[in-house]
Amino acid sequence: MKLSEVKELLNAEVYAGADRLDTEVCEACGSDLMSDVLAFVKDRALLLTGLQNLQVLRTAEMMDIEVVVFVRGKVPTQDIIDFAAAHKMVIMTTELPMYVSCGILYSNGLQSRRAGVRLG
Amino acid sequence: MDNAIKLHYNVDGEDFTLAGTTSATVKKYLKTLGLPPDVIRRTAIAMYEAEINMVIHADGGVIDVEITPEKIHIVLKDRGPGIPDVEKAMQEGYSTASNEIRELGFGAGMGLPNIKTCSDEMKVDTVIGEGTTMDLVINIK
Repeated sequence: MKLSEVKELLNAEVYAGADRLDTEVCEACGSDLMSDVLAFVKDRALLLTGLQNLQVLRTAEMMDIEVVVFVRGKVPTQDIIDFAAAHKMVIMTTELPMYVSCGILYSNGLQSRRAGVRLG
Repeated sequence: MDNAIKLHYNVDGEDFTLAGTTSATVKKYLKTLGLPPDVIRRTAIAMYEAEINMVIHADGGVIDVEITPEKIHIVLKDRGPGIPDVEKAMQEGYSTASNEIRELGFGAGMGLPNIKTCSDEMKVDTVIGEGTTMDLVINIK
């Protein structure tokens, strides 16, 4: 799924990486626990989270996650936007809650091939 | 070990927002060496988890990384309180992290098990009141 479609489906606002909405993502993960993201997510996924701090982006950087969607209308702070811009990440915010956001993306074809499968 | 690359870092334990910067630096460096993506990913995750632990529990420490054509060897040394029960700490879900750390998305008790999963060898030496040394090896081949 192209990020432009993600943006449209979630009616999201883009705060960083607006020039990279042509990027394709193949799977997604919704989590507020960065420990779980580090343990279970395959790299290059899209991350949906309600957590907003710099460690979210650093975790994304470690996992080669290039797209982070903040749910429940959380507007990223300037340090998050700057970090994302410096690391060529795309940052979006949707007013939708986590459950609904994940449901919309999943039902439109963005599924998780390795849901629940540990890295190793 | 003639071809070994040795890197040394001090990890600041006072600012959690900076936690992980050393791992990010090492990850970038490993990419410049052209190592396999899986090796880079496993090294980055194991080191990041260990670095976060170092900041959360021990106010920082030092990290030494040695890279040879065969493996990446990481030694993380802190002067924190030590781990009273390593076996328990290795269990998923067990954590002594504060609520403040949990609110930031960590301290779910996944750190040590995840480090073990991502590394080929893991050794933890800990002395109560003196600190912990974690020895990690990630094989390149």
